[in-house]
This record gives sequence, C-alpha cells and structure tokens, in this order.
Amino acid sequence: MQRTSHINFPLRNRLAGLALLGLLSGWARAAELRVPATVEAGKSFSIAAEGSGQATFYLVGPDHVVKRSVALGSDLVIQSSDVRAAGRYRAILCSSSCTSAGFQVEAAKPAHLSFFLHPSRVPVSTPQSIDATAFVFDQYFNLVLTPAVVDFRITPASGAGFSRQSSARRGVAWMRLDSTPHEGRVQVTAVSDNTEEARVIQQVAAEACGLRMKAIPSGNAVTLETDPVRDCSGNALPDGTVVSFTKVDREGKSTVDTPIKKGIARVEFSLHGPAQIGVACGVVLGNEVALNGKL
Amino acid sequence: MKWGLVFFLAIATAVLVAFAWLQSGGLKQHAMLSAGTPEEAVQALMSQVQAHNFEQAYASLDHSSDTDLASFTRELAGSDGSLRTYSSLQTAEVSPLHSDADQALVRVRLNWSSALGSLDDVRDLHVRRDGSVWRVVWPKPAPSAVPPQVVSVNYLRWEVIGRNTSQNWGAQDVDSPKVRITSMNAISRPGRVVILGEVENEDTVPAYLNVNATLLKADGSPIEEEGSFDLISHVLLPKQVSPYRIDFPGVRMDAVKSVRMDARALLVPASADPVIAVSDQAVSKDGLDRNVLKGSLVNESGRPVNIAQVLAAYYDNSGKVIWVSDGYVDQALMPQVPVPFAVDIPDDIAGRLKNYRVIVNHYSRLSD
Repeated sequence: MQRTSHINFPLRNRLAGLALLGLLSGWARAAELRVPATVEAGKSFSIAAEGSGQATFYLVGPDHVVKRSVALGSDLVIQSSDVRAAGRYRAILCSSSCTSAGFQVEAAKPAHLSFFLHPSRVPVSTPQSIDATAFVFDQYFNLVLTPAVVDFRITPASGAGFSRQSSARRGVAWMRLDSTPHEGRVQVTAVSDNTEEARVIQQVAAEACGLRMKAIPSGNAVTLETDPVRDCSGNALPDGTVVSFTKVDREGKSTVDTPIKKGIARVEFSLHGPAQIGVACGVVLGNEVALNGKL
Repeated sequence: MKWGLVFFLAIATAVLVAFAWLQSGGLKQHAMLSAGTPEEAVQALMSQVQAHNFEQAYASLDHSSDTDLASFTRELAGSDGSLRTYSSLQTAEVSPLHSDADQALVRVRLNWSSALGSLDDVRDLHVRRDGSVWRVVWPKPAPSAVPPQVVSVNYLRWEVIGRNTSQNWGAQDVDSPKVRITSMNAISRPGRVVILGEVENEDTVPAYLNVNATLLKADGSPIEEEGSFDLISHVLLPKQVSPYRIDFPGVRMDAVKSVRMDARALLVPASADPVIAVSDQAVSKDGLDRNVLKGSLVNESGRPVNIAQVLAAYYDNSGKVIWVSDGYVDQALMPQVPVPFAVDIPDDIAGRLKNYRVIVNHYSRLSD
C-alpha cells in the first residue's frame, strides 16, 4: 500500500519547498530517474523507477509537493491532479541514497479566455478607438504560451458582422479597431479552440452636429424647441444630454440648461422686448434666433 | 457707621438689579419700546430676530405691514430645509438713507453665519413714526408657492450596475465618464494665485467630477496642490459644462513655472431633474455700491430644492474665463417660484468682463 502526502504551496510556503528541494537534491547523486522532458498539464504519466525494495518519492512543483512511499522496480504513476500547474517540476527518489530529475509541465490546450474590451462606451466613427485583448488559459488557468489563434468576431447592432484573427504571443492576443458610424450595442466575441468569451461595447453618438432650434410664439412667451439633436453621422444624442438656451432681452440674460427628452430639448422663455436667443450643446453652438418682441 | 452699611447695601442691590435687567434683555426691550429714532427701531427689530424672538419682533412692526406672523417667521427663520434654517444672524449694521418727520428709509446690512459660510443680505426698510416711537414697515413677502396643481415630471435617471467583485479577472465593467478641461487660465490676485477655467463632460453618462491643480516650480517640483472644492459643479450631466476655480493662498505668480491639471471623474447615479432656469441676469451695483451679478432662479420641477448654489463664469473680449464666483441662496427653491440671487464681482473684473454664464448646483433632501 502506498501512502501519499500532498502539500499545497501557498505562496509564502514556496521558499520552504525550494529549501526542501535543495536539501533532497543534494543527496540525489547515486541513481537516475528517467522522466519525460515535457508533460502536458493535468495529464497523468509514469516514471520508471529501477531497483528493488521500498523508497520515498517526492514530486516538487511550482505550487504543490507530493511525498509518497513506493516500491522500486515498477513504474511510478504521477496522477493528473499532481501536475495541474504549469512550470518546472523535480522528481526525487530516496532509498539508501537519493536521485532526482527535472521536467517541464506545459499548459494544456486553450480552455479559458480572459477578455478585456475597452472602452465600454465609444463615440461612433472614431478610428482605432476600441482595444480588445485576450489572455489564453488552459482548463487549469495556466497561461498558454504556445502560439494560439484567437478569432475576434464583431457583431454590430446593425449591418453585417465581421471577424479578425490574431495570433496569441506569450499567451496574449490583441487588436484595435475603429468604431462604426452607427450607434448601438456591439458585441465582440473572442474565440480560441472551443472556448469563447463575449463582451459588449456601446457605441454612442458623437458631438452634436447642425444643432438647430425653432421658436414657437405663445402670448408674451416663446417656446424654443430644437430639431432632433443628432451627430454628424445622423445618430440621435441620448436623452439626458444637456442643451443650453440663452436669451438676451432688455431684462438681461436668461439661461436654461435642459436635458434632451425624447430626442429634442424644449424650453419656454417670457419675452420683454426684442430678444436674441442662442442654443448650444456642450462646446457646439447652434443657430441664433432674433425676436422683435411683437409675437 | 451704621448708615454707611445701609447705604452700601442699597447701592449693591441696585447694581445687582441693573445687572439682572441687562442680562434679561431689558436694554433691548427698552430700546424697542422707546425706539426714539428710525435706526433704533430697526436695530431693536434685528436684536429680536437675532434672539429668535419672532413673536416680539412681529409685535413691534408697524400695523401697516403687509405680512402675518407665520410669513414673517418663515422669511427670517427659513423654511423647507433652506440654508436659512441652518443660519443665525450675526450682525446687523444700520445706516439711515432718508428721513423726515414721520417716515424714514433705513438700510440694514445683515450678516448671517451658516453651515456654508457667511451670507450677506442688504435690505432697505421703511420706518414710520407711531406716536413717540418708530416702527418698521415690513414688506409684503414674495409668494412662496404656486397654486395647487399637478406638475408632470418624466424623470431621466441613470443607474449604475457595477461589476460583481466575485467575477473573474477580465470580467466586463463600465468605464468612468470621459471629461475634458476645455479651458484653463492662471491669474494673480492679491495674496494668491488662482487657476480657473471650464470643464466639460464629453460622455453620454453623468459624471461626478473633481478638478485638481498642482503648481510647479521651474525644476518641475511641486509648490502646492489644491482642489476646486465647492467652486465647481461636481455632478455634470452629459455635455454639461461647469466653471471651476482653484485658489492657492499665499503663493506668488512669479514662483510658478507651470501648472499640472488633473480632472477625475466617477460614474454615478444621477437625475436630469430638476431643471433650474436662471432668468433676468444682469450686472449691476448693489446697495453697498459693489458690482454684482443679479438674477432669479426658477425651479422648473415639481418638488422643492432645499439649497442652491450659483456659479458664474466671466469672460473677456477674447472669450477667456477671467473669473469664477459663487454664492449660496438661503431660500429654498419652491416649484415655479422665482428666487433672487446676487454674486459678487471684483471691481477690476467687472471692468473687463464682456460676457458671463451662470449654472446652478442644487441639493434636495428627498432627491438622490
């Protein structure tokens, strides 16, 4: 019967593991262990252990240590759970003396993507404004350092979707793209092997363009109403966007910052003689209306 | 010797009685009852207001005053969670403007201390002779409410659903709003350097904004860092522009080589209402011959705004921001009721200003 001990390495205990490795490696001179040069993470494999009698086997990995009593002369089976973390491992076998061998555990095939898509909102028709970065991991969250193809599939709210391929370097694939001229939700999906991760970016209207208002008289007051406020691509600015109206007449200046509701901004001013009225949205100026005070 | 002791005790008793009379406000009451001059009448009235004796103050008014006790108290003590309700009268400086045998006009400069600093209020009061005393004619209060009605408000609100912190690294989140400092001007004022300008929320979501400035020496080392504190509209709706002003007291302009600006924005829930109109703005002189920007605030929503702050940016001929000033309004903004405001303008700025722009910060107890 084999007795196996597993010691998980919290980060702070890794130094202790390295010390143990150094100590045991110092003894490991008498015999040789034959191990594969590289192993895929999470795959069990065997190590040939020659000789006879009982021995103690140690497996020291980047985040894990195994101690096990083994019978020499048979293969030592390394469980898949013992080699889940990618990195450098060392196998040590001690009977009357110790012997050791190192091997590399490499990440398995891509199974997870960590996908960053920035920004979460972007004005329409802005070149090189969207950044997509995908980190490729295997099922045990080891960064896959071997080249992997990541397919970025872009699905706009309107119009045909398209895709771009990028080869992951050192586990990272990225691309930049322009925002399209139409506002709305754009879904970007990163796909690698059988794994995919989707993110959503909101394309929003840019600055107002061709801002215009009209005056609707009513008694000794005037109602000012903008045309639907749109950007230069024809997208409606979202409700809540502030539009500033300024009226100057003989009583002085009056201003109202009012939000767009249902696509237009509306305000009412009382009039005291001839008046000059202007409209602005952010730093964009609209038309001016001159009223002679005789409505 | 025996009579000396009696005499001493009588004098001591009289002194103590006089002291107690003074302590209990007898002097003020005497001044009010006697009110032999218009100035004394106003001073006595303000003493009662200062002591929160509104009933006695109201009783001392002239009978022709067009107000009632409730309105008078509401006007002077504040109501509806206004800044006046957090204020107390500190000083009242009285000066005569005009006087004849039976009527007088008296100017009183009231200084209120409030949670947001001191507030000045200048009033010209009519005073009338009533027999041997003078009494203040209190003016009719401005209407504080519109007739009962239903005001429909279709709220525009933004709520934020943030990222779940238990989600994996790289999970989707929403970015902070994008803001831009559209102008910055450094000017030298007596005893300080002032950084001022305007900042715009360029995004399509509301932003909670702070603007900081760091003054740098020629070698790039910092002299001092300051924030705009309350001289900015912190919550900016999409495409809204706010002036800002940052004061550096005790710093000389010739020590400053450059300025590093930093505008930080956070995504916050916000409401597009209330809309507050700023009407009848004009630059003029107040009763103390100071340059002021006057106007009225009209709350166009359906519920009160408790505390309002007026922020004004002044521009020169070239459109550059040359000054930013502010002032708190100590009355609550009731729906549809115009409330006057006035903010100071330094004399040298008033001579150079070509244009100005006013925005309103507001606080409501029942809002977000």
